[in-house]
Amino acid sequence: MRNIAPVRHVASPAKLSAERVGPLLRVAALGDWVTEEAARLDGELKAIDLRGLGEAAIDGSAINALDSAGLWLLLRLRAALESNKVRVTKFAVPDRYAPLLSALAREGPQAPGELEPRRRYLTQVLERTGKGAIDALKQGHDMLGFLGRVTIETIEAFLQPRRELPFPALVHQIEETGLTALPIVGLLAFLIGVVIAYQGADQLKKIASGAEIYTINLLGVSILRELGVLITAIIVAGRSGSAFTAHIGTMRVNEEIDAMQALGLNTTELLVVPRVLGLVIALPFLVLFADVIGIVGGMMMTYLELGITIPAFMRQFSEAVTLNTFLVGMVKAPVFAFVIGLVGCFEGLRVERNAASVGLLTTKSVVESIFLVIVCDAGFSVLFSKLGV
Amino acid sequence: MRVAERQRRDVVVRVRGLVNAFGENVIHDHIDLDVFKGEILGVVGGSGSGKSVLLRSIVGLNKPVSGSIHVFDEETAGIEAEDLRGLQLRWGVLFQDGALFSSQTVAENIQVPLRRWTNMDQSLMDEIAAVKLALVGLSPDVARRYPAELSGGMRKRAGLARALALDPELLFLDEPTAGLDPIAASMFDDLVTGLKKSLGLTVFMVTHDLDTLKATTDRIAVLVGGRLKTGTVATLVHDPDPWIHAYFSGVRGRAALGAGQ
Repeated sequence: MRNIAPVRHVASPAKLSAERVGPLLRVAALGDWVTEEAARLDGELKAIDLRGLGEAAIDGSAINALDSAGLWLLLRLRAALESNKVRVTKFAVPDRYAPLLSALAREGPQAPGELEPRRRYLTQVLERTGKGAIDALKQGHDMLGFLGRVTIETIEAFLQPRRELPFPALVHQIEETGLTALPIVGLLAFLIGVVIAYQGADQLKKIASGAEIYTINLLGVSILRELGVLITAIIVAGRSGSAFTAHIGTMRVNEEIDAMQALGLNTTELLVVPRVLGLVIALPFLVLFADVIGIVGGMMMTYLELGITIPAFMRQFSEAVTLNTFLVGMVKAPVFAFVIGLVGCFEGLRVERNAASVGLLTTKSVVESIFLVIVCDAGFSVLFSKLGV
Repeated sequence: MRVAERQRRDVVVRVRGLVNAFGENVIHDHIDLDVFKGEILGVVGGSGSGKSVLLRSIVGLNKPVSGSIHVFDEETAGIEAEDLRGLQLRWGVLFQDGALFSSQTVAENIQVPLRRWTNMDQSLMDEIAAVKLALVGLSPDVARRYPAELSGGMRKRAGLARALALDPELLFLDEPTAGLDPIAASMFDDLVTGLKKSLGLTVFMVTHDLDTLKATTDRIAVLVGGRLKTGTVATLVHDPDPWIHAYFSGVRGRAALGAGQ
């Protein structure tokens, strides 16, 4: 139900009288023909039977107050009569409304017709599906182009000494994406370590007595190889990837990007390279941190749950994992960072000049970068199993 | 005595001793202002002189430090915008860039107040939206477009159409002709004077446009150094204040104001 409060005061309620004498229609309007009364008058006017008329007179000369909604209703009646081949012999409103009448009549009282062309639902679904598919392909193509561009710009930024890297921006990005993410990454890695150790110990105890020592193998391999880097990448995608999109997108809305281009500045070099590069540098350190904290969490849990002391844990741990296990995890970090940074900046630059677009693409950027991170992770798994690492 | 009484009754907006300040920076220093029924008041002043702040204070979007503001004899100063329902129906506000709701089409934007405050059918609301669009000089096909698809000038006119949706008695315009081409701007001037004549509309207009000022306003209020001076073009030209003198007697001022003489 719509909540309609008492609206503006209507001094004298609008009155409509329609009188029919044979083929002649006499319409008289009285009172306040204003917006508040329009809904009621609309119904009353539509109820007038226009069939079989030859002549009509619309007399609003005794109207008390008139506004554009009220006048529109009278003009609409006249237009409806005329389109029914009825001769309108009189159309009168008080003289003081002549300017309004001429303003409305000049623009023509023709009804706007239907504002939205109605389409059948199924056709719409098909249309949207097709459009979505084409858009996705086009976006993939654009992203590939962007990847090439960023790669070239990054290499150039390093190789050409006259083009200096925006160093302060790079440091700022490393701080923003790396340093400030330490608490949340640490907390989550610790909890993941605790959970794996607890669940692992619980299951392995069932196999045979003494098998629970392999909890440490499970913990070491899963955290170092997969979970440390994956969890960190997902947090960073949600934290920094979205920030990239929102920030660059807001700059787009404010025409800052256009201004940079008009001033001959290279937006890729100034906005994208520091962000992507900063993340590529910061993420491996975050992953290292997550690995250590995750293992500490697991160590604490195995001590509490299984009574394995720290030296015993270390002995088993050094047997379970090799340097390779650690490196397999670490090697993914810069790749994931690159993907997150690339998607974040790409979506930011796609923002249109309205605020809604910023929100929409920020959401999209997070979903896409997490999706791509997991796809890359699957790709690495296949690669490493082929390589036998 | 009778004249004075009558004038008091016909005051639509009454501002007394208004003070606005942001931190140390005093924008308005005890301003008094009356807007009379049926007039078009132009408010001018340099950048940062608080023209928009004055408008926002009157419509309840800005809380003044002290002073009283009455619109249709109801206090608005320091009252939250949500508590001004009765008044909001009687005034329309055009913000600087139109302030259209970006997720809705132009027609839906115009219908927001109609949907909220009347019980019209959708078909009648569509017609009213088209009428308002025609009134502000936009073609009917603009109705189904989104604000992002419009130019700055079109957004402004669509914003005016929304401000006129309920046929208000009092219209607040914040820089209405900025960003319009001269032809559209003078069409807008005609529209405002026409609406004023037919509906007894009272208009409070913040503007920089000297042509608009000359063509439409009955009186002008100038904000200089936190104070307000009111007068007509004819009296303000002779004002001793250096800013006012430069404004009305500069090259642009002379060109605009001299054209009709």
